[in-house]
Amino acid sequence: MTTTTVAVPSTAGKKFNLNLKDFGIVFGLAAIMLFLALNTGTFLTGRNFINLFDQAAVVGLLAAAATLCIISGVFDLSSTATLAVSSISGVMLTQHFGVAAGFFGALLVGALLGTVTGLIVVSTKVNSFIGTLAVSIIYRGLAIVITGGAIVAPLPEQLASFQTWTWPSLFGLTAGSVLMLAMTIVLGIVLWRTTFGRRIYAVGGNQEAARLSGIRTGSIHVAVFAISGLCSAMAGMILASRAGSAQPAMAIGIELTAIAAVVIGGTSILGGQGAMWRAFVGVMILTVISNGFNLLHWDTTYQQVVTGVLILVAVAADGLFFRKSTR
Amino acid sequence: MAIQQLEKHEHASRRTAPEITVSGIGKRYGATTVLKDVTLSVAPGEIHGIMGENGAGKSTLLKILGGAIMADTGTMELDGHPVRITTPRDAISHGISLISQELALIPNLSVLENVFLGRWSNRGSLLSPNRDSEHFARLLEDTGFELDPRATVGNLPIGQQQQVEILKALARGAKVLCMDEPTAVLNEAEKEKLLHVIKRLARTGTTVLIVSHYLEEVLGLVDRVTILRDGQHIITEDAAGHTPESLVRLMVGREVDFLVPDVPQVSSEAGTVVRVAELTSAKVKDISLEVRRGEILGIAGLVGSGRSETLLAIFGADRTTGGHVEINGRRIRPGSIRDAIKAGIALIPESRKEQGLVMSRPVAENIALSTLPARSWAGFVRAQRERTAVKDVSKSVDLRGARPGQPVANLSGGNQQKALFAKWLLNPPAVLLVDEPTRGVDIAAKARIHSIIVELAAKGTAVIVVSSELEEVLGLSHRIHVMRHGRIVAEFDRNASRDEVMTSAFLK
Repeated sequence: MTTTTVAVPSTAGKKFNLNLKDFGIVFGLAAIMLFLALNTGTFLTGRNFINLFDQAAVVGLLAAAATLCIISGVFDLSSTATLAVSSISGVMLTQHFGVAAGFFGALLVGALLGTVTGLIVVSTKVNSFIGTLAVSIIYRGLAIVITGGAIVAPLPEQLASFQTWTWPSLFGLTAGSVLMLAMTIVLGIVLWRTTFGRRIYAVGGNQEAARLSGIRTGSIHVAVFAISGLCSAMAGMILASRAGSAQPAMAIGIELTAIAAVVIGGTSILGGQGAMWRAFVGVMILTVISNGFNLLHWDTTYQQVVTGVLILVAVAADGLFFRKSTR
Repeated sequence: MAIQQLEKHEHASRRTAPEITVSGIGKRYGATTVLKDVTLSVAPGEIHGIMGENGAGKSTLLKILGGAIMADTGTMELDGHPVRITTPRDAISHGISLISQELALIPNLSVLENVFLGRWSNRGSLLSPNRDSEHFARLLEDTGFELDPRATVGNLPIGQQQQVEILKALARGAKVLCMDEPTAVLNEAEKEKLLHVIKRLARTGTTVLIVSHYLEEVLGLVDRVTILRDGQHIITEDAAGHTPESLVRLMVGREVDFLVPDVPQVSSEAGTVVRVAELTSAKVKDISLEVRRGEILGIAGLVGSGRSETLLAIFGADRTTGGHVEINGRRIRPGSIRDAIKAGIALIPESRKEQGLVMSRPVAENIALSTLPARSWAGFVRAQRERTAVKDVSKSVDLRGARPGQPVANLSGGNQQKALFAKWLLNPPAVLLVDEPTRGVDIAAKARIHSIIVELAAKGTAVIVVSSELEEVLGLSHRIHVMRHGRIVAEFDRNASRDEVMTSAFLK
């Protein structure tokens, strides 16, 4: 005998809260950048910015994919394990068929592994957090099996072209940074403007309502995991390109940094809310903080404390906001 | 008596059941008054039935007694002493225990551990399972239950789980058991057993308050019966003088609180749109029905009779094990919501919050959700077209005051319901299934929603309406099916009286 009544809050107060929440994080980023600009002579230089974006490339790609996953109501903890397997495959394919085939193969393997992860999570109905954790262990194991635990590298004569993602390109940014920015924009538009994006929000916001609207919720989740796999492969390509090699333990734990960036940006971990630009802002905040600690010659030990506090604040704000919107 | 010993052991605060008197109990949820000035007294050792229609306030009253919810107004006395019960814990300390429909057991613990949960006997700070076992044996003796104390609760049939719940209450020294629809989930044998135990407990001095829909069952069991209607106390009388028919008469007969819209006749040439044949799912059996163009079919029945599940089965949202659905002669692929939607079926589900709307998303996105491909190009949403379409359809359902970009969570209940109608009206359906069209909405929105349904039917949509509110079903429908225990048990036309329909829903 419960009746659902939804109070109509005073729109003025509501709007104010919403706006603060919407842009608070951007002000946060701006404030940190202003602080660094005033306190260092090196922050506001082109070289430093090229450096910043390059540092943000890997996490940025993973965070873009994590945004799709989280908004649709799933987590993908297998993303960096996928990254390892796909870049190892990429390197091995490079050894036999050349650099271009290697990169293409890596992307294919990434998308394929992502699809498999999605099918596993959707068909077993296991909570995605646990499901992808298990899958990540399997993939890491697979990486060790393929390589025998060793580091794999392209042939010496291939190395120069294999490192193409570290080369400067548009505006002097590295090719890896440009790839990250392009993917962020593309996936942002997908989320914002396409029917697929709409369905991602609906499935994450209320899976039953989405199902009763005729949406194949399982397909949406598989697709999201496939995209996550593809982005992981891209991130792996950049990492391998930078190092000139790939190995089974690469990028361990970065999947959590990506999720943290998404959350710091203000995307709700409860699903159904959020935006791509938020992930980008979150990634830039983490990168700028790390950059700042370097430039200011601060003890980097404290950097972790700051990052942790930031995540807590972001999540707490999310909880507060969510409670308000459902009251 | 055995129960007396039990208490000594448990150091319960009471030795015998108290006389319970409540006066002036009132409860509101938002704009809805659930209970109004209810006064009632229950003698020690009495079996007392609380009865009424869906939404009469029975469960709410029981929950207030059991401390699960707090009344807004009114007082409660036990043996003439005023008490304040604000939590289930308070209630238990006064010997009152609430056994709700959803049992509060821990499925992966044993029977014994559940019965003494948080009340384990101990010696020093060590648990003393032996004493619990002895106590348990005495409880079994008192109740006549046959339960293995080591069995895992989650593996027991529901009837035995309920027994565990009763033992748990008794182990806490309960002298008053408040049971909400205890027989609804039981099979015949389990039901017999439970009724037997209730009588046995009453003989040994335990008071039992029971809320139930099953009139005959209650009349055979209780000493006295209280009838509520629209949250108001109607009578409290000895059960002996009553028949199921006399109870139904007292339960119905309220004023109609809304204007019934004019429902136009269905043309005699109107063809059949929906044909459901022997549809069977886990919750409903052999559902066969037909609805013609422009016809509104009402489904009445008690909560849990399978009304909503019938709609879900037709829509393909619940897995069906037999039968089929035909729309204009074309068979729908069983269990396929997408095929149902393609054939022109629309479902406005029972709970807009749980099943209907994506609360975090804007009004416009919610409205557009089920017809996205109609306004897209190469996977992109054509924003301008969407805006126009949403604006037009919003106007047609009178969804004023709501900005399309506003989260749907911020709308009033009535506007949320209108948004759900708007969603399915974007592509006018051949068949509209509506579950509880006006639950929790204000009078004005209710009237508007009723006229939306009637207008749709007038334009040729076949409508099936499910509602707990009998006036709504009677007022809107051309024909009415009554459901009980997952089956259609009776059919009436528009001129049926409230009493007739109620009687067939309540009585065997």
